[in-house]
Amino acid sequence: MENKTSFLPREGEAQPSRCPDNSAFKQQRLPAWKPQLTIASVLSCFFLTGAFCLTVGVCLVLSANSVREIQIDYSDKCSDCSKLRENSSNWNKECHCSVNFTLKEDILGDVFMYYGLENFYQNHRRYVMSRSDAQLLGRNVNIQRSKCAPFSTYRNGTPMAPCGAIANSMFNDTIDLFYNRNSSVIQVPLLKTGNSWWTDKNVKFRNPESYNLSSAFAGTARPPYWQKPVYLLDEEDERNNGYVNDDFIVWMRVSAFATFRNLYRRVRRVRHFTQGLPAGNYTFRIAYNFPVTRFKGRKHVILSTVVWSGGRNPFLGIAYLVSGTAATLTGFVITGIHLKLRKKKTYFQKQ
Amino acid sequence: MADPIRWARYRWQRLISTEGRECSSNNSSSKCYQSPKTTGKHRIVIPCLGHFKEEYEKVSKLYMNNKIRTTRYTLLNFLPRNLYEQFHRVANLYFLFLVVLNWVPVVEAFQKEITMLPLIGVLTIIAVKDGLEDYSRYKMDKQINNLVTKVYSRKEKKYIDECWKNVSVGDFVRLSRNEIIPADMVLLYSSDPDGICYIETAGLDGETNLKQRQVVRGYSEQVSEIDPEEFSSRIECESPSNDLSRFRGFVEHSNMDRVGLSKENLLLRGCTVRNTEAVVGIVVYAGHETKAMLNNSGPHYKRSKLERKVNTDILWCVLLLLLMCLTGAIGHGIWLSRYSETPFFNIPGPDGKLSPPALAGFYMFWTMIILLQVLIPVSLYVSIEIVKLGQIYLIQNDIDFYHEKTDSTIQCRALNIAEDLGQIQYIFSDKTGTLTENKMVFRRCTIAGQEYCHEENAKRLEAYQEMDSEDEDPADCQCGSSTPTSKCQGHNNRAVCEPLNRKPLNQLSGSYSAFKRQDEAGDIPHSGHMAFSSPIETDVVPDKQLLEKFSQISYQQSEETSSKLSLETMYITDFFLALAICNTVVVSGPNQPRQKVRRLSSLSRMPIKSLEEIRQMFQRFSVRRLSSSPLPSVKESSSVSPNSFVRKLSIFRMKLASSNLDGAAQRVSEPQNTDSPEDSQVPGELHLVNVAAGGEPSHAVSSVELSPIPKPCYEAESPDEAALVHAARAYKCVLQSRTPDRVTVDFAGLGSLTFQLLHILPFDSLRKRMSVVVRHPVSNKVIVYTKGADSVMMDLLRTASEGIYRTCNSLLEKIKERTQQHLDDYARRGLRTLCIAKKVMSDAEYAEWLNHRFVAETSIDNREDLLLESAMRLETKLTLLGATGIEDRLQEGVPDTIQALRKAGIKIWMLTGDKRETAVNIAYACKLLEPEDRIFTLKSQSRDACALVMSKILEGIQKNASIKEKNSEKLGNVSASPSAQARGFNAGLVIDGRTLEHVLHDSLQNIFLELTEECRAVVCCQATPLQKSVLVKLVRSKLKAMTLAVGDGANDVSMIQVADTGVGISGQEGMQAVMASDFAISQFRHLRKLLLVHGHWCYTRLTNMVLYFFYKNVTYVNLLFWYQFFCGFSGTSMTDYWILILFNLLFTSVPPIIYGVLDKDVSAEILMELPQLYTTSQKSVAYLPSAFWITLLDAFYQSLVCFFVPYFTYCGSDIDIFSFGNPINTSALFIMLFHLLIECKSVTWIHAVVIVGSILFYFVFSLAVGATCKTHNPRSDFYWIMEQHMTDPVFYLVCLLTTCIALLPRYLIRVLQGTLFPSPVLRAKYLVRLSPEEQRKAIKRWKDECNVNDRVELQPTSVPSSSAAGAVLEEETTDSALPASKTPFQSCSRDGLVKNTSFLPDIHDSLGVQVA
Repeated sequence: MENKTSFLPREGEAQPSRCPDNSAFKQQRLPAWKPQLTIASVLSCFFLTGAFCLTVGVCLVLSANSVREIQIDYSDKCSDCSKLRENSSNWNKECHCSVNFTLKEDILGDVFMYYGLENFYQNHRRYVMSRSDAQLLGRNVNIQRSKCAPFSTYRNGTPMAPCGAIANSMFNDTIDLFYNRNSSVIQVPLLKTGNSWWTDKNVKFRNPESYNLSSAFAGTARPPYWQKPVYLLDEEDERNNGYVNDDFIVWMRVSAFATFRNLYRRVRRVRHFTQGLPAGNYTFRIAYNFPVTRFKGRKHVILSTVVWSGGRNPFLGIAYLVSGTAATLTGFVITGIHLKLRKKKTYFQKQ
Repeated sequence: MADPIRWARYRWQRLISTEGRECSSNNSSSKCYQSPKTTGKHRIVIPCLGHFKEEYEKVSKLYMNNKIRTTRYTLLNFLPRNLYEQFHRVANLYFLFLVVLNWVPVVEAFQKEITMLPLIGVLTIIAVKDGLEDYSRYKMDKQINNLVTKVYSRKEKKYIDECWKNVSVGDFVRLSRNEIIPADMVLLYSSDPDGICYIETAGLDGETNLKQRQVVRGYSEQVSEIDPEEFSSRIECESPSNDLSRFRGFVEHSNMDRVGLSKENLLLRGCTVRNTEAVVGIVVYAGHETKAMLNNSGPHYKRSKLERKVNTDILWCVLLLLLMCLTGAIGHGIWLSRYSETPFFNIPGPDGKLSPPALAGFYMFWTMIILLQVLIPVSLYVSIEIVKLGQIYLIQNDIDFYHEKTDSTIQCRALNIAEDLGQIQYIFSDKTGTLTENKMVFRRCTIAGQEYCHEENAKRLEAYQEMDSEDEDPADCQCGSSTPTSKCQGHNNRAVCEPLNRKPLNQLSGSYSAFKRQDEAGDIPHSGHMAFSSPIETDVVPDKQLLEKFSQISYQQSEETSSKLSLETMYITDFFLALAICNTVVVSGPNQPRQKVRRLSSLSRMPIKSLEEIRQMFQRFSVRRLSSSPLPSVKESSSVSPNSFVRKLSIFRMKLASSNLDGAAQRVSEPQNTDSPEDSQVPGELHLVNVAAGGEPSHAVSSVELSPIPKPCYEAESPDEAALVHAARAYKCVLQSRTPDRVTVDFAGLGSLTFQLLHILPFDSLRKRMSVVVRHPVSNKVIVYTKGADSVMMDLLRTASEGIYRTCNSLLEKIKERTQQHLDDYARRGLRTLCIAKKVMSDAEYAEWLNHRFVAETSIDNREDLLLESAMRLETKLTLLGATGIEDRLQEGVPDTIQALRKAGIKIWMLTGDKRETAVNIAYACKLLEPEDRIFTLKSQSRDACALVMSKILEGIQKNASIKEKNSEKLGNVSASPSAQARGFNAGLVIDGRTLEHVLHDSLQNIFLELTEECRAVVCCQATPLQKSVLVKLVRSKLKAMTLAVGDGANDVSMIQVADTGVGISGQEGMQAVMASDFAISQFRHLRKLLLVHGHWCYTRLTNMVLYFFYKNVTYVNLLFWYQFFCGFSGTSMTDYWILILFNLLFTSVPPIIYGVLDKDVSAEILMELPQLYTTSQKSVAYLPSAFWITLLDAFYQSLVCFFVPYFTYCGSDIDIFSFGNPINTSALFIMLFHLLIECKSVTWIHAVVIVGSILFYFVFSLAVGATCKTHNPRSDFYWIMEQHMTDPVFYLVCLLTTCIALLPRYLIRVLQGTLFPSPVLRAKYLVRLSPEEQRKAIKRWKDECNVNDRVELQPTSVPSSSAAGAVLEEETTDSALPASKTPFQSCSRDGLVKNTSFLPDIHDSLGVQVA
């Protein structure tokens, strides 16, 4: 402080005045909008909100109701298989089961096939982290230093491709849909690509550069729970194989809740199915690989259409309706209060 | 230096200053650099010369040299030391702990690096600021260290230029005029023949008056300059201390003689040498050991009440955090134990093993702490600091605090207690200089029991006031009339631009335009720098009657035999001599400012009268003294024969011709010239006296060359002294010069008298008096002149029983009695009284006393006590000469301010050192006490009596209160105003210093406080500084009240430091109070806006912001917490780490800060008009514990909505974690910002920009992260999420609905609150909407309503209360004397006070009080 004070130019009388600026900011006189809760603004706020919410709510409810959805729990229907899977030593034994169901009416439009898992905590913190994005980008990385452990390398040092718990626990049931039409069984054509986000498929997931896939993954091993290596995920389609396999990509996008569904296939709208799925009897044929009893889980297969507002969940629409109603009612209450108070002539409620 | 720099420095210092770090800024370095080797109590200083060489090497090298380093860091240690200092902050440690925790693999929640981000961010910002600040200090240091001064060099045998940094202890330094002293040195030589050196200490304490320093005794006699080579003494002095007013030591000559050293011999570093051609000193303290540097403590750190409360709430948050973490831990354990087998998603550790549920739960606890860390917000601390800085910035820039006359505005020295201003419950105010202007105007005096009313002087003062009102209009145009709203113009304009404001009260302060005129006149040099020298103070018109008597001295001298020299004349002579001598005033000529008046003329001016003549005259006085003559009446002295007058004139002519006497001195020759005062009081003009107006014009005019000779300028340490010296000068008893051992007084007809000044016993608050010991040039006797407070002086007078003077005992008694009457009268008029007394000592007595004195002076250890004792010994058996009454005018706007503050629910105590009557009258004048108040005076000799009286008073008051209560019930809500008779009474309490001692005793404290709580106002008079601070401490600790102490002088420092908020008034008495204060204002009336407006604003703003921060953090953290229930309590966050961490740091931090700095619930005008609004902040209405919990509740509600609306929307779908988290996060952002908007009372474009900017920034950032970060962390899933959502209507719908539902309740509550239960603040807010006319009406109505309430509450019945009061009154009259409280102003119509009080503003007509 001494520095400041002791050398004040005492003789220098030309010091500028210490009078502060008379600016609006410094004098705190900035023009301000004072949000006044006048009866007009309040009421218009409530009624407008109410009206808006009700409108949106009606639209949402209507659109959600237009969604057709079928959900089939097959964890009990394939109890044999599930028992088989309980013992992990049987991991490579194949087990198939079929689930029949009937569509009472047509499902028109694009039909999406999901598999649903219940009680599978894909959102567990350590599980979520257990992956190596760099590896999935096709880079040759030292996955030992990634978060994949303990699913990074085998004891002999062979790295897993892909590494990490997410990849290791990938849903590996295969589900086929058959349409029983006049005692003939037609396999419903299903698209297995195009189910993932475009960015995932084209940016986030890349196979290692090499002349073919098997050489690209040479020196790596499949994750312990997998039955086949990553480059054999889709032997038919080169562009759907390896890391860029759609099923794999979809699985790698970890879901938010313990009960979730993942897009598995889309009905290809050809021949009988150009309008969607016609009413009738159908059969799911399932290669039951994914054990759920360990975590007391359940598995579903779901057929559903999709509208702009998402799936069949009516919550959002109902919520809008409720809050719209609430806002409108509040508006009326406030009007009542206001009318009552106006007679009382209180101090400053001039509006 | 420009304000911004200081501002920035404060800001930085504040930002870096941490709890408990006292070692702040410069102070720390000086402490840390204290040489460890300088052990022992004393230091020995030896010049580095010749024969001392060896010893010098041994000793002096141990002391620091003069290089200073105020920087805290060097280039090398910056990083470690800065980090070390920053980690003193608990919040930083907490975050460090989190970072470390995150490095533990089992509990790791985030990626390691990311957790460090906020910490590193905060650390870097502060480190950069520290670095910049330190660099500027470094530059400043370098500049100072390289200043050049002249130091004696042994090699070259002469003084050579050296940098300051190379000066070391033991060096001889030679300084010329106007040079700055580089180190503390003992003065060994001054070119001044008297061995005096004048220094100006403005750099040290801001006082601009010159101080004298003296060459060490024994050196002053030397004619030639001291030769360092010859210097063979050693100096021993105490170790460095920061006490500026103390220096003890001695010089030991080679022959073992010791000469005492005192602060009078010490030149302090940083002061400037003035008026002295050259000085030489030896350095005793250098560098950081100098007193100036040791006194350098930067802005001090106080913690505000709000901050303490915030801290407790943060503890609640910690508790909440622990609770949440515990829930998480237990939940995780339970969740895990539900699985008999290991599920896929439970990954074993890297070693392949799974921890058991209990252990996993334990780990989870820590993970949760990391995850939910935001609950304890690092941003809250940083934001609070920034907000406070912003608030301080705005306070400092408030134009209303600008005081044009002194070109000063408010200084905020403590940066973190601005919000305390909104919570003040008690104000402890000093009187002098705080409530009053501290412009002392000589009003009356009584000499030898005869009172002199000085009516002409009163007329003159009135004339000033009239001129004020005439001056008003032109004065307005002076400053910035271009901007009509400019408040810079002072109060006049405010009446124009703020029609609702109180009426201008200029009349209260006559000095306002007196100052203006002075500036305009401009021929008083350096008026801004000269202390206590406005014309209103300096020009005293002598009392006719007294002047006549005074001039008798001259006549009688010439006609020795014919007229008798009365005892009274002698009294008068002595009285004015005492006024002129008994002080520490420094004289300087006006033409050469700050140039000491040389005594060059003292010899040549020797008047015609021979010394012999004068001696005869004085001897005659002393003879007459014993032959007691009756008190002369006015008539006796009124007739002067024309003959003698003519003869007298001729003598004067000759005298004037031979010397250049002060032109003003001629006036004494014309006592009849009654018209002249009108002329002579034109300020700034010299007293050219028209001699022609008198009886014999021609001679005088022709014979005297009327060259205007400037009157000397007096620089006094206190305005009282200056007033007295000026008064003496008016009677031609002109103090001509003062040197340490001589005082020259130009004494009316007698010419210059040079008194040998033997001692000055300076004023101290313990003795309450000062004395000078002089040897009279004529009688050659040792005379002691003492002036002091009458309370102490009256006890020191020569008592009747003492032998020799028995004859005049009755006379003395009579004088004493009459003087006491006059004193009481003065006090009743609110004048400051001083008693003047004298004592003649025989040489033997003096010699005896001198011995004691010498012992006292040379002792090092117990010196203060010994000095005090010797002073007491001297000041006994005094003869009372008379007393003076000095008026201290009330500052502008004081009564208004006090009324407003009182309406704001603040209790105001006046603590003053003045006597009771003065204090009480000032209290009346400033409306602290109302005429209809009942005043209880506590004046007890013993503690028991005191207790008894207090309990009686209390009883009475309580009875009164209970009756009031009953009555108010009876009255019910009847709005009809009760009649005047129906009032009870308001109690006021007056205590004097002696009783205060009893009262402050432990056993009586409680009852005393109880009593004061019942009282409307408390006046403590004759209180010592210590008592003041004890009182403040008492109220603060016992009543747990927020206290504010306001004062202007050194005697208020302790009180200012003790109070929660210390306000210093940068007035006339130096800067000590300002230095100790938290806020420094220039006028008492500024307190009104400071508290009512800025206090209210700062408090509400900060509380609202703090509450908002709690809300924000709890809401946000709860979102994460709710998610734990859906992810097995595994510590997953559904938001990207970056966004999670930055959410608080970047996206939602600026709007609340802006809100905290700029929000304005009620406009300044209305806050000023309705002080009642202050109570809301005073009682912490905005931040009650309930407010905190309601906020938390709302936060819980909003987080539930914010989480579960998206949850139910997306549950069961194929949503991934981040796609789920993104709408939650986005709607949280909207909710928080719109919540802020609901809470905002005024939205300016800054708010708008910041809120819109935050939203935009959030989206841009999210989009950027979404687009670029493919592998930025283990969970890259945020990739493209935002982009995806931006095209999804459901995202918008979810955000919209969530925001609506979350904010609906709060909005509804705000609506209902405004309609159904409007708080006063809300009602005030509505006022703004009204048109000015309606507004005025509404405010009026409001006030009326308040007053009615007041009345019902305070003043109901008549009969029972008066009986109760009667009982008390009896008590009171037996034990104490009740001053004439009802009619304090009626006595003298010319008294300025009457003007003041009758000028009641309209708006204060509440109680219908009119003092006529």
